[in-house]
Amino acid sequence: MSFPFLLLATLEGLVTAATLALMAIGLSLVFGVMRVVNVAHGEFFMLGAILAWAVTTAVGGHPAIGFLAALIVAPLLVGAAALASERLVLRKLHYEPEATIVATIGLLYIIQQVALTFYGPDARPVVAPFTYRVALPWFGYSGYKLAVIGFSIILLIGTWLVLTRTRAGLIMRATQYDRETAQAFGIPVDRVYAWVFALGAMLAAVAAVLIVPIQQAHYLMGHDPLLLSFIVVIIGGLGSLRGTLVAALLIGLSDGILSVFYSPTLAKIVATSLVALVLVFRPQGLFGKTAR
Amino acid sequence: MAAVTPLLVTRGLSRQFGGLKAVDAVDFELQQGEIRAIIGPNGAGKTTFVSLVCGRVLPSSGRVEFDGADISRLPPHRRTRLGIAYTFQITSVFLNLSAYDNVALAAQRRHGASGSAGLDADVRAALARVGLSDRSEELARNLSYGHQRLLEIAMGLALKPRLLILDEPTQGLSDGEIANFVALVREIAAEATVLLIEHNMHVVMELAQKITVMNFGRILAEGTPADIRANTAVQDAYLGTGSDG
Amino acid sequence: MRGAISVRIVLLHVAVVAVLFLLQFVLPTYHHGVMARVMVLAVFAMGYNLLFGYTGLLSLGHAMFFCAGLYGAGLTVYHLDWAVAPAFLAGLASGLALSVGVGVLVLRTTGPAFLIVTLMFGQIFYLLTLYFAEYTRGDDGIVLSQAMRRLQFGDTVIDLTNPANRYMAAWILFSVVLFITLALVRAPFGRVLIAIRENEERTRMLGYDTFVSKLAAMVASGVICAAAGAAYALLFGYAGASFAEVHFSILPLLWVLVGGAATVLGPILGTLLMFYLVDYSNDILNAYFQGWNLSYLGVVGVALVLLILFFPKGLLGSVRERWVKWLP
Repeated sequence: MSFPFLLLATLEGLVTAATLALMAIGLSLVFGVMRVVNVAHGEFFMLGAILAWAVTTAVGGHPAIGFLAALIVAPLLVGAAALASERLVLRKLHYEPEATIVATIGLLYIIQQVALTFYGPDARPVVAPFTYRVALPWFGYSGYKLAVIGFSIILLIGTWLVLTRTRAGLIMRATQYDRETAQAFGIPVDRVYAWVFALGAMLAAVAAVLIVPIQQAHYLMGHDPLLLSFIVVIIGGLGSLRGTLVAALLIGLSDGILSVFYSPTLAKIVATSLVALVLVFRPQGLFGKTAR
Repeated sequence: MAAVTPLLVTRGLSRQFGGLKAVDAVDFELQQGEIRAIIGPNGAGKTTFVSLVCGRVLPSSGRVEFDGADISRLPPHRRTRLGIAYTFQITSVFLNLSAYDNVALAAQRRHGASGSAGLDADVRAALARVGLSDRSEELARNLSYGHQRLLEIAMGLALKPRLLILDEPTQGLSDGEIANFVALVREIAAEATVLLIEHNMHVVMELAQKITVMNFGRILAEGTPADIRANTAVQDAYLGTGSDG
Repeated sequence: MRGAISVRIVLLHVAVVAVLFLLQFVLPTYHHGVMARVMVLAVFAMGYNLLFGYTGLLSLGHAMFFCAGLYGAGLTVYHLDWAVAPAFLAGLASGLALSVGVGVLVLRTTGPAFLIVTLMFGQIFYLLTLYFAEYTRGDDGIVLSQAMRRLQFGDTVIDLTNPANRYMAAWILFSVVLFITLALVRAPFGRVLIAIRENEERTRMLGYDTFVSKLAAMVASGVICAAAGAAYALLFGYAGASFAEVHFSILPLLWVLVGGAATVLGPILGTLLMFYLVDYSNDILNAYFQGWNLSYLGVVGVALVLLILFFPKGLLGSVRERWVKWLP
């Protein structure tokens, strides 16, 4: 295995890791704060991707203009959709675990149907905002992909700052820690839930907008990222922010590198089996605390 | 007097939760056929102690012996099979099942797949004993709180235990219900050893042959009701705090 | 008496089975075929119901048990030239082995972790069917020819491609599984499963090794689902990887929810209703809304959300709650 080959695999892995981390943080936040296993999380990702296509197509002009518009509009629309489904469905179920799982499965299908109806069954590309190639000594590499890694890191730091340094973050963490006490201290838990659910979906949508110039938008594209995010959130320890980041890096990199060495199917089988066994024998995740 | 193996023995039994020593090096013995009460202020470690005995909680150190055998590491269902029954402090009957099914669940394991007639007789006997015969078809959730407590005891009885642990059985019962309960425990004691956590001192004094007083996870005193009544340390720690006298 | 099987319960189920038997003589060809398929799929739903409805364990990987039967029977017929009867048994054995193996692992987890880990095992199974495409032919699947689907008893040969024979075979399987389910859930064993669903710790304190009971439920569920899969392969002559997709794990959940979780007759009712609902709504909706690409997705999604919001106990669950208390 030559160095350039490994470098290429690592770079590809980092792109996956960066967007995966964004998406998984969203899933982890929703599970951590609301105790809701959001099976429709992958569909919010998909919705972000096809909205990105819609916005870039509508705006026209230089690709960068459309892309920037998509980066703002798509997450907002997805957040609104998530907010609506939280208010109309999840809240009515009082966040009862089994019922919310069934409901989010239902949402998954509904969102897919909506996408199929208004977007259609085709896979469509979005033009990258710029096509600059970084000349490395061994090969040229897409500058856009490097930008995705950089932008994701900035967003992740931003999310982390919001969660740890702001009042809103404090409220979320208080709610996550103990719902009843938070309520007793006057935190509007009900509204916190709504915003957390919307925020989680928006993070998935941002990840999708970033990925869509690399991978085409399609109404069934949410499935694999959902599974990967589940894996990341579990390996990182359900609800643990730092663990989620480390796990995203681990899974993203190994996904990139494994698929270079093995057939993608075998790589997926090995990875999924390993993660399933981790969950079976260390349900608190690799980085989670033992007792809750 | 010849040495009889006590039914239940604990040696240096301890359980910590974080830094808190909920149960701290407790040595305890219970003779066959006794009615024993454990009293003590809230947070004294009574429920943790009996949870260690019935296996809901595993000890940090120390051992539990039942009928001469070490059961410290047995899972709870194995201890139940040896004859230790525990009725929960917070009523924990199966709310969506009928009273009959609740008791049948407790009784049927002994009957195996075979004798359903014997099972039926056992279930009806246990229900009759606590006075719930006419409610057997009702869902447990539709029973009054007092009746749910009685159902819980009927489930304990249907296990045919050698040691019945009752965790605050009279909490929330009316005076009339308490009088019936006292009579019921006397009856049960003819067949089983009874270990009772109880706050109602009237019930304790009337039922218990011996009383163990716990405070801060340790045994503070042990003796007959008269001894305990006269014990000044107990009065300071417990009776003086203004709990039911 | 509660807990036992009373005369009226037996009569009700015999009546249902009898109606299904008689239907074959009056149904038009298309519906005759649909009914045979629905009965086989209802067996799948009954297996799912045992674990989800009665034991309270929500699995999202049950397609793998269906497919264990599907491929266990399909591959032995296709590649090893096995006869129908031993192939069916091979399907059951695959379901048994898989449910024991998977059960021992996944039952170490609870709550959301159980859901996710079953989803993952289901996914692994799906990927394996793709990886071994040399034998399974992946998404294209294997097609069993008419010659492979002959059931032989001595000199009598029953052609399972014949619609009447197929209906009878599906009916027999359905009836057997229906009465097995009824017996299981009314037996002391069923009572323990319900107790685990209601309060596992309390059940343990009554002296039950709940892990063993849950494993038994998982295995019974897995084998019943495998029976449905094996029958599907042999009666309809097709085994493909699409049956292993997560969607096919969600369908039995939907059927059971529609009919009523933890009711013995709920699965057949739910399967029947959803089959026709999806079937008809597709035709009708697409006739009115041309070019909207309406598919089963929307119907299934809306049905799941509406059910869980307004009808969480399903049809027979509500019937039992309001009117017919003795319904098992």
